[in-house]
Amino acid sequence: MDVVIIDYNAGNVRSVSYALQRLGVNPILSADAEVISKADKVIFPGVGEASTAMRFLRENGLDALLKSLQQPVFGVCLGLQLLCRHSEENDTDCLGIFDIDVRKFEPRLKVPQMGWNDLIKMGSPLFDGVSEHSYLYFVHSYYAQLSEHTVAVTDYVNPFSAALQKDNFYALQAHPEKSGKVGERILENFLKL
Amino acid sequence: MLTKRIIPCLDIKDGRTVKGVNFIGLRDAGDPVELAARYAREGADELVFLDIAATVEKRKTLVELVSKVAAEINIPFTVGGGISSKADVSALLNAGADKISINSSAVKRPELINELASEFGSQCVVVAIDSCFAKEEHVVHINGGRKARALNTIQWALEVEERGAGEILLTSMDHDGTKAGFANGLVSEISNMLNIPVIASGGAGNMQHFVDAFIKGHADAALAASIFHFEEVRVPELKMFLKEKGIAIRIES
Repeated sequence: MDVVIIDYNAGNVRSVSYALQRLGVNPILSADAEVISKADKVIFPGVGEASTAMRFLRENGLDALLKSLQQPVFGVCLGLQLLCRHSEENDTDCLGIFDIDVRKFEPRLKVPQMGWNDLIKMGSPLFDGVSEHSYLYFVHSYYAQLSEHTVAVTDYVNPFSAALQKDNFYALQAHPEKSGKVGERILENFLKL
Repeated sequence: MLTKRIIPCLDIKDGRTVKGVNFIGLRDAGDPVELAARYAREGADELVFLDIAATVEKRKTLVELVSKVAAEINIPFTVGGGISSKADVSALLNAGADKISINSSAVKRPELINELASEFGSQCVVVAIDSCFAKEEHVVHINGGRKARALNTIQWALEVEERGAGEILLTSMDHDGTKAGFANGLVSEISNMLNIPVIASGGAGNMQHFVDAFIKGHADAALAASIFHFEEVRVPELKMFLKEKGIAIRIES
């Protein structure tokens, strides 16, 4: 099975790669359209700022490619936000797979949310064998609103989409590569899709 | 609900743990990777690696260690000690560190915080502050606490946030090593004033001290070294204790 991690200078590409290696999979790191489109599974990671990431995707023609992919695609952290319609972070138009707006947390609590928070209302094969109130590691200042595509909810400042799913697109706001055994299970579940 | 974090700290010298780690059942108590893996298994929420003898020529050893840790460990970790440039940070993040921590270099040149935050994002920039109470005020110490600076801790914490730090690691040198509890007054003052997370460090001696750091100190996370290394407090028991005391804490089933 060919698993490709889209390599676009996002901070956590290396960490995601290590996490897959711990599961016995040797991922390919690539920003090459042909390599990505031939993969069995595509992971779209992300740490950083939305407009810079979108600019990179557009300049490399990866925005259109990502939208056209038919195989399972897994957006992680900023990857989830970029799969949405629009982000408040520097007023950025994103890929629009999920017709959802990404908003900044009101500073009623500390921003970014940094640490382990729990998931509820999970409804996706990503969470097979993962019980309600399992904890994952989050670091983010922006969140995807709740929508019909929400397949897990986490509460920080307000309830938000911890995970999204539509057709072959899956996404998780937390970092599965840094979320202990639960995170490993979620990555395994994605690889089994 | 976002949980409070428990963070064991590993002091590193030449790629090995120092400060008399006394763990039963470790093949090699000086191996940071093995120790880190054990803490991760036991439920630590994050780890901090502090290179206490950081020099330019030893930097390569640290980067190699960070790669090994990143390959093995499935929880986030921060690396600190002697970091003073974008190039240092880039090498450590590329090797797989989640966050880096700066201390003296930020005091000497505060613009470094802005530069790192804009280049790598605030979420990976931790500013460590070593504070000492002297002449009726809290003042910042640098160079591993050896040198006092005419810099007020509270003022510095505000500036650090303003410049784009993502988190503060606050060590009270008055409490460090005493095992008499964290500096809850100072921690609370800074944590309530800022909108970024504050890690309390220095003074942990028993499990109740962690409860106090979270309830009285309003800390977002608490860090300790020797009590974990010597198994005076074990992470699983500590987390059960905190949960019983009503603190939001992660316990992996």
